[in-house]
Amino acid sequence: MSGRLLTGNGAAAWAARLAHVDYVPAFPITPQTEIIETISRWTDSGEMPARMVTLESEHSMLTAAGAAAATGVRVFTATSSQGLLYAMEMIYAVTGWRVPFVLVNVSRGIASPVTLESDHNDIMAARDSGFLQLHCSTCQEVLDSILLAYRLAEHQRVRLPAIVNLDGFYLSFTREAVDLPDADTVRRFLKPYDPENIKFRASQPVSQAVAVLGGSQYSYFRYEIHLAALNAIEVYREIAAEFADLFGRSYEAVETYRTEDANIVFLMLGSFATKGKDAVDRLRDGGANVGLVRPRLLRPFPEDEIRRAVTGKQAVIVIDQNLSMGKGGVVHAETASVLYGIPDAPRVLLSFIGGLGGRDISAEEFYEMVAIAEQAIASGDTPPPRLLFTEDELREIRKLQAVAQVEREELL
Amino acid sequence: MKETILKRMKDLPSVHLLGGGTAMCAGCGALGALHEIYDVLGEKTVFINAAGCMTLLANYPFTPFRGSWLYTAMASAPAGAQGVRDALDILLEQKRISSDENLEAVVLTGDGAAYGMGLSATSGAIERGLDFIYLCYDNEGYGNTGQQFSAATPHAARTSTSTGPAGYSGYKKDLFAIWAAHRPAYVATVIGAEPVDLSRKIETARSLKGPRLILALAPCPTGWGYDPELSIDVGKLAVQTGIWPLKEYIDGQVQHTKVPKARRPVEDYLRLQGRFAHLFEPQRQDKLIDEIQGRVDAYWQNAAG
Repeated sequence: MSGRLLTGNGAAAWAARLAHVDYVPAFPITPQTEIIETISRWTDSGEMPARMVTLESEHSMLTAAGAAAATGVRVFTATSSQGLLYAMEMIYAVTGWRVPFVLVNVSRGIASPVTLESDHNDIMAARDSGFLQLHCSTCQEVLDSILLAYRLAEHQRVRLPAIVNLDGFYLSFTREAVDLPDADTVRRFLKPYDPENIKFRASQPVSQAVAVLGGSQYSYFRYEIHLAALNAIEVYREIAAEFADLFGRSYEAVETYRTEDANIVFLMLGSFATKGKDAVDRLRDGGANVGLVRPRLLRPFPEDEIRRAVTGKQAVIVIDQNLSMGKGGVVHAETASVLYGIPDAPRVLLSFIGGLGGRDISAEEFYEMVAIAEQAIASGDTPPPRLLFTEDELREIRKLQAVAQVEREELL
Repeated sequence: MKETILKRMKDLPSVHLLGGGTAMCAGCGALGALHEIYDVLGEKTVFINAAGCMTLLANYPFTPFRGSWLYTAMASAPAGAQGVRDALDILLEQKRISSDENLEAVVLTGDGAAYGMGLSATSGAIERGLDFIYLCYDNEGYGNTGQQFSAATPHAARTSTSTGPAGYSGYKKDLFAIWAAHRPAYVATVIGAEPVDLSRKIETARSLKGPRLILALAPCPTGWGYDPELSIDVGKLAVQTGIWPLKEYIDGQVQHTKVPKARRPVEDYLRLQGRFAHLFEPQRQDKLIDEIQGRVDAYWQNAAG
């Protein structure tokens, strides 16, 4: 691919610049900070005519983002992990304001124990908020998804904020060749922001986010958010087609990789799908009919596309980089919910948890998952969800514990 | 500083802007102050609200405000003002709106948010030099949830979470001093029972740019335990006893705007309120009453110096 070598964070900053955002409320957090440092450099030099303000917390940052969007400007902001959780009250609140803006989340595991490395539990915590969610697997996709996210969020039938998710370290700090679209083409795709009736003006007083008394009014507004989020699936299809026409890059709501004749497919989100695709190629070289399904949209959940991608297959292997304690993988449960009772649904739906806190998923583990799927197809028994963890890893942990114990005893 | 024309009662606005029929309690000192403040601020305002009693002013689909309103959350109303102000400035700079469409961003919170949960967001907004007015109605407790003590509760007051014989063991936080330490454009204490002093300060605040605090003591019949018809009396006594000093900070100087000539004993103020009844019944707690009086005396001794 031609283009400029950019990190995922650099690609996100470029997207904000190309989208001609007006306002960037910010707060630093690893591994997101490079995004706001880059934007800050451009706003300081005048290369990017936006106003950037560093708030004193992510909670305030999200409040300012929502309030500015409610006043009628195009807003970009970014966070990660603990910052997303610190802002969570406002993540839920601003969706009810029905204001469009884009928040980039650079996924990172959440405490405790505290870590800097990536997994998806942070973004899953925002799952039910009303924010739309786009998940990226390459740096190019980060840039393009942010442009798509503005169109989607600002669409009259949607008007909800959107999160674009990229994995910390694996994408945030990985340089890839990124094709920077020219500003004119971006302008054709993403016109200057017209807030229509989303604004505060002296001549048009508005009361935003007011209290309701009683469940009927509350339900009415909550249902409206849900229905708007559902509208976003159809709108996404339209704008993704338009994007493909203009830029020559196709981003269907669900990416399928070598699935057509596959018996067994992996289903996973984000940058680790690149590892999954590599495993698919190697497994195919060995004669296995496998493929990979990667939802780009998590909210709205692209149910039709997922059904279409997996019906007729014998097994689906869902790999979750998140863990809902006491239940298991979130994407596994969601996938099950769209397949239950569907004719030709795969009989075997397997759940694996892996890649937590930046832990790798090795090629051998992908092969092993397929072997387990083949056994399940043959036996008709689906094994319970598995947490990917090797004997070697456990041995390393035990070693560390033993060393710590010896050190402690010496001090006593 | 602009000279104000508001000197006497008859100078106050005769047109009242805030609608009636709200969900506030009868005799609400916060609502009284807000009426007076809104008359001066006018409708080219957007009130950015934090969780508190006043959140119930705008109830779908009704509002008493002629201007705009944005409810945020308990902790971050100043950040909401930041977003609104910045967005309006961007639109003005780029000539996407005319100056006629501009609005004053006014944060409206109770003491729970202003003295506690929202203090970090407030400090951040002041430090960034945000051009906004912060209006705090201070009813000295978490009033909307049934008057639990807050960081604004006065020493010895009984609240629903300080029910012992000595009442609240803490001391009211000095929010005026905390604001002034940030060196903002303006800080003023007001009370609805002194409308000329209040209106003059709102007029002054309006004429300035930058962070401006209006801290209104808000007598609260429900939380403080007195008959709603006594709200003005309680408010006047708060000033006459010296418990609520009316003052302003401007250009680095603190000035008292209404110094009680002969301060009445604090007992006159305390006796009217159920939250201090335990200081007098079943037996008089002289030690606590003297401590309260002593603190007020010490304040004014320092203020005079």
